[in-house]
Amino acid sequence: MTDEEYERKIVIPGEIIAEGDDYLPGEGTEKKEGKIYSLRYGLADEQNKLVKIIPLSGVYQPRRGNVVIGKVELLTYNGWVIDIGTAENAFLSLMEVPRFVNKDALEEVMDIGDLVVAKVWNINRRGIDLSIKIRGLGKIDEGIVVKINPNKVPRVIGKEGSMISLVKDKTNCNITVGQNGLIWIKGQRIEDELKAKEAINFITEKSFVKGLTDEVTKWFDEAK
Amino acid sequence: MTAKKTEDFERPDGRGITEMRPITAKVGVVPNADGSAMFSFGDTVAIAAVYGPKKMHPQHSQNPEKGTLRCNYNMISFSVNDRIRPGPSRRSQEISKVTEWALEPAVMLDNYPNMVIDVHIQILQANASTRCAGINAAAMALAHAGIPMKEMVSSVSIGKLDKTLVVDVNKKEEDWEEGEGATDIAMSFTSNSDKITHMQLDGHITTEQLEEAMKLGREATRKIYEIQKRTLKDIEIMEGVEE
Repeated sequence: MTDEEYERKIVIPGEIIAEGDDYLPGEGTEKKEGKIYSLRYGLADEQNKLVKIIPLSGVYQPRRGNVVIGKVELLTYNGWVIDIGTAENAFLSLMEVPRFVNKDALEEVMDIGDLVVAKVWNINRRGIDLSIKIRGLGKIDEGIVVKINPNKVPRVIGKEGSMISLVKDKTNCNITVGQNGLIWIKGQRIEDELKAKEAINFITEKSFVKGLTDEVTKWFDEAK
Repeated sequence: MTAKKTEDFERPDGRGITEMRPITAKVGVVPNADGSAMFSFGDTVAIAAVYGPKKMHPQHSQNPEKGTLRCNYNMISFSVNDRIRPGPSRRSQEISKVTEWALEPAVMLDNYPNMVIDVHIQILQANASTRCAGINAAAMALAHAGIPMKEMVSSVSIGKLDKTLVVDVNKKEEDWEEGEGATDIAMSFTSNSDKITHMQLDGHITTEQLEEAMKLGREATRKIYEIQKRTLKDIEIMEGVEE
């Protein structure tokens, strides 16, 4: 589990989370007449007087800087339309690909149905723009992709990546977690990949357990 | 309550005049939905499932200014004693629209241009006040789906049987024929600002009694809000076990 030191409680929309002028409203909250109201259902979290809501449910909301995994839906004359599980499809422009692409043969780089790791670099009213200019991003050629509930992604990553590095160490796999709930696992052997997949499913099942990292360590020892 | 001669009025099921039927509520009842809830007043059972926000189709009904809330109220054919013809009817279309209007003031749709949030309300069992149960379930389902909302919406029906005001009418009371007959007022209130988002009146009532009825409704919806709140807060443990 990420951190349970301070008591987080579930709040519902319209509930007063904090009162007083020294609190600042963060994501999912609103300040009205000195009181901070919750605007959505989730866990109320307070850090350095900043109050925010950690969502527990709902569809994935893209945010700038998120690494996501998506599927190519459509080829246009200047890029790819990619489904990342949001209401609006995301767009990966030719300009955001770090290599030469023949404009008449986009499918040589990525074809419909291909999976791609990309970063959300801009969100505006017209849609979501993706980029694969940074190292580690790009088309997925090998390995397996697992889908989980996007609200459980923080659990899978763990506090400062503790959980995911544990799984990586134990299985010798390279794992990329997309914030939209798709996880790419690539290992030397297929057995390792399946093991990592099992571990991730275990984590999502037990996501409410306290001290989950220890639990997962135990699970790995037993499974050996 | 302010009941003069109505104090010893006897309701068919023996409830007190401000007493609601036993309420049960549950969240997360539809696993495939983005958010879902069940709400029941006694025998009246409503299930609401929320899908979205998702892209609005067909494209010409998209609103680029803000999102759309689309409700669909449906009574299942076996929900009443005489089987009702399945599918949309004049009545269900009206209730769908009214439910939309009841919920819209609370839901923050500004962040979802060109998108739609679908709310499907199914009435599994009907014993009057189905639209109120539907609105209560839908408000919980919307919250459960993580949709930003300013506040919650709670709904209740107030009846006037002859001259007596009662809270949460059932079918027997809805068909009251003695004296002045039955008046059925369905109303919805928001949880914080205490505003009325929906009110429908079927029958006759004086202005004074209507004000009295609104007072009763406000009190009853506060109780309902507490139940909605409690149900939503209790969920995590349950959901964790299920998933």
